[in-house]
Amino acid sequence: MFPYLPATLEDEKVILNRLGLNTADEVFQHIPDTIRLKKELKLEQPKSELEVEGILKNLSGRNLDAGNTPFFLGAGIYDHYIPSTVRFAVSRSEFYTAYTPYQPEISQGTLQVIFEYQTMICELTGMDVSNASLYDGASAAAEAALLATDSTRRKQILVSETVHPDARRVLSTFLNHQNVELVTVPMREGVTDLEAVKNAVSAKTAAILIQTPNFLGYMEEIAEVEKLIHQNKGLLILSVDPISLGLFKSPGEWGADIAIGEGQSLGNSMSFGGPGLGFMACTKSLMRKMPGRIVGQTKDAEGRRGFVSTLQTREQHIRREKATSNICSNQALNALAASVYLTTMGKRGLQEVARQCYDKSHYAASTITASGKYRLAYEKPFFKEFPIISTVSSERIQNTLLHKGIIGGYSLNRDYPELENGILYCVTEKRTRQEIDVLTRILEEMA
Amino acid sequence: MREYNKLIFECSVAGRRAYSLPRADVPSYELPQNLVRSEAAELPEVSEPDVIRHYTNLSQKNYAVDLGIYPLGSCTMKYNPKINEEAARMPGFAEIHPLQPVETVQGALQLMWELENMLCEITGMSAFSLQPSAGAQGEALGLMIIKAYHQYRGEDKRKKIIVPDSAHGTNPASASMVGMDVIEVKSNKEGSVDLDALKAVMNDEVAGLMLTNPSTLGLFETNILEIADIIHEAGGLLYYDGANANAIMGITRPGDMGFDVLHLNLHKTFSTPHGGGGPGAGPVGVAAHLADFLPIPVIVKKQGLYDLEYDRPMSVGKLKSFYGNFGVLVRAYAYIKTMGAEGLKRVSELAVLNANYMKEELKEYYELPYEQTCMHEFVLGRLKINPYGITTKQIAKRLLDFGLHPPTIYFPLIVSEAMMIEPTETESLESMEEYISALIQIAKEAVENPQIIKTAPHNTPVKLLDEVAAARNPVVKWQKEDTKD
Amino acid sequence: MKIPEGYYYSKDHEWVKVENNLAWIGITDYAQDSLGDVVYVELPEPDSEFHAGEAFGVVESVKAASDLYTPVSGKVLDVNGELPDNPEKINEDPYGSWMVVVEMSNKYELNDLLSSEEYQRLCAEEG
Repeated sequence: MFPYLPATLEDEKVILNRLGLNTADEVFQHIPDTIRLKKELKLEQPKSELEVEGILKNLSGRNLDAGNTPFFLGAGIYDHYIPSTVRFAVSRSEFYTAYTPYQPEISQGTLQVIFEYQTMICELTGMDVSNASLYDGASAAAEAALLATDSTRRKQILVSETVHPDARRVLSTFLNHQNVELVTVPMREGVTDLEAVKNAVSAKTAAILIQTPNFLGYMEEIAEVEKLIHQNKGLLILSVDPISLGLFKSPGEWGADIAIGEGQSLGNSMSFGGPGLGFMACTKSLMRKMPGRIVGQTKDAEGRRGFVSTLQTREQHIRREKATSNICSNQALNALAASVYLTTMGKRGLQEVARQCYDKSHYAASTITASGKYRLAYEKPFFKEFPIISTVSSERIQNTLLHKGIIGGYSLNRDYPELENGILYCVTEKRTRQEIDVLTRILEEMA
Repeated sequence: MREYNKLIFECSVAGRRAYSLPRADVPSYELPQNLVRSEAAELPEVSEPDVIRHYTNLSQKNYAVDLGIYPLGSCTMKYNPKINEEAARMPGFAEIHPLQPVETVQGALQLMWELENMLCEITGMSAFSLQPSAGAQGEALGLMIIKAYHQYRGEDKRKKIIVPDSAHGTNPASASMVGMDVIEVKSNKEGSVDLDALKAVMNDEVAGLMLTNPSTLGLFETNILEIADIIHEAGGLLYYDGANANAIMGITRPGDMGFDVLHLNLHKTFSTPHGGGGPGAGPVGVAAHLADFLPIPVIVKKQGLYDLEYDRPMSVGKLKSFYGNFGVLVRAYAYIKTMGAEGLKRVSELAVLNANYMKEELKEYYELPYEQTCMHEFVLGRLKINPYGITTKQIAKRLLDFGLHPPTIYFPLIVSEAMMIEPTETESLESMEEYISALIQIAKEAVENPQIIKTAPHNTPVKLLDEVAAARNPVVKWQKEDTKD
Repeated sequence: MKIPEGYYYSKDHEWVKVENNLAWIGITDYAQDSLGDVVYVELPEPDSEFHAGEAFGVVESVKAASDLYTPVSGKVLDVNGELPDNPEKINEDPYGSWMVVVEMSNKYELNDLLSSEEYQRLCAEEG
């Protein structure tokens, strides 16, 4: 007997009798014998809950986690504080064991959560309309590019070299299949090269994708890019760190047409990189071409406020091959986590988190570079991440830190080899001054 | 209980807070003023009790598997085991970073590696990628692999994909996402792929066929070997949409049916929660001749050490951020460990027996367009006696009054007024009986008291919602002035 | 089901009302009825040119979307600006809710369209 399967042998007999069968196997007799599996699957024997728990504890115990190790690693996934309210809400099984709200009258919980999530994403990004979520930041970049090519009927996307390398790789994968040209705009001094943007933008360009703070942590200068792309009637796609929006200008303020990003930082655990939370918001004029679910407000038969999935004709179950995207399942539970996070932190909490990230990362950068043995790759405004270069090999740095019980930054050798022994450090509000001082001391001892 | 009808923004009072952060322990640094935002985002200002009451109140307006039967056809709303939830929250899984050194995440990589192997065994495929975030992304990946295979063989012109008319809308949507053209083939009277219609569309531009087996009608495609031959002989590949894999575990395997590539939905077949619409996971499995095309990175085991391999020249490239919805993978792994070979086979047996039982009990009252033995789900049509023209939507809304979740409705498109019922193996005989009784009661009401059906639902948190008004004048976010009205 | 005389009809359920070389185009009563409550209409820019059979716009209900095909070739002289804000007009008065006026470039294309009797038969067949 299995704890998840309620049928007793007696129950099974009732069912078999009703169907005129003797054994369960007979219900499959219409499947051709040649493809019936004649042996048992080669899997282990069924296990008790205790045994399964033991196996998983053992596996999880062999990973070094941020619960007991200081992490200075970011590069797209961040170790931010997650309030207990978030764990409480996502653990309510009325939320996590429900499905897509196909029957709005008994899904008002999920639908209102999404409506509030859309509102908060619009508030954060300064945009008009948000969808209910996409898979992750990189997928959101690909979807935004497809939205831009579709609405401008142009077949070229520009992407800055300072955009997350994974997002650029995913863009390339998807655009390749749509015969859309992807042009990388080089960086200069740690940010997008404006001269290069000027040369690259043309009447063929559907959109330019800029990330700010960019992959190296630096804040991009958007004003000039905005002018150039809009003069050519292309779209501006901005990828942003939602935590940074507690302090810095929103995509809406910069004049973006589409805002996207990875929302994991908003109350979602790092979880080895997934599930993440792709968010997307856009201007009103792009609303009907936006991919993914959108929830709208309406009234019930008695005039009460209620919420429904709306503008559904964009979606695959109606438009099929003409849909704006193939997405169905999204990241609803992660969007719930983001909503509870933003509700809990609120207007001032988000500012304070952003401010602590800013101050602590600047403190770290200044102590690490104080002796002159380590240098910031570029002296530019940054948010919570910064690239450090030095003559000490990055491999040695990483190994030494690990040996001393610290997860160091992200080695930039693979993606930005021009930065000598470059390491991208990330300092969130969770890091303490003491941890930063220990990091600095270990680095000093190596140089 | 009192009715709760507040948005979180309407609970906001300036000065309240629900958060606490450690006091700043470093000096404050100057901000670049030209980059600072002019106004703070208008997020709610509430206390912690406000947060908890709000979300608890909202949760109570949801139906969920943990409240009762949820027989949405093709969605496999089975019970979500609690040990799986606990496992995914273990710090060694939840609090690890995808870019930390591989020697510090050996447990995570081992779990993924073992899960790939278990899925290979269950499906009869030879390699897996766990990366796709959901079934739809799995479909897109599977089609990219098919395209890459043809291109590798110099057959770039193979860009047409055949999809039966009973298919889910994602199939054609995924095809156009990867730049393929869709050819739709009609189903025959038995609900199967019409072999002659299939032969008629085959040519050297066909990349392959996407097939759900059992189909969205809940029927096993008994001609599958003939179908596979037709496709393979013409140089195409076979894609298996694993949406309905809950019917076949330990019974038959897509690999043995001749499929070249497939995706599974871990949030259907392997018990991971649906989350109100995600996150899911849609791993893709391939036969040996397609393994080199899988997306990067691939998990490898060398000298007892697990690693991520990026140097794969024939790969279709990078599909998404990092390695997949790992938290979902942990849950599916725990499920397969719990069930073992014997348990998974039992799951499919009971899922199929349950569906057939409900079908037999209901066919007296509702039209049954396909009468043969079904697999894990079945499709009903209109009420058999329907003097007042009750629609499927009205039946669905009336079911809400019984505290039950309606089936999938108006799908598949080839059955008019369709109701697609999938009880799953985790429903007891009593719970199915309750559902059957409700549907029979509604059938009687359709004759004796149609008004009660037409005005349903009566006792839900909100009554019938006006979707037309929502679509005509989209209000897709809260604005201060909306509340003042 | 209203299928008035004096209009041309297409198999895609559009009507055409002709005056000299101008064609007013809308969707039929049958079309609006099978769509259900219309919630959205997308119409082309004036001066765009279309060939017969090309899609010039979209009409949507909550659960269906349908392309609008022009039955005749020509240049769009005017679009009915009232419809996007009041899509329900299409349900209320399908033959009064013209969508575009096209200056026909080939009047012979009208010969390929159906008369009201022929269109009535088509609707009966489609059930």
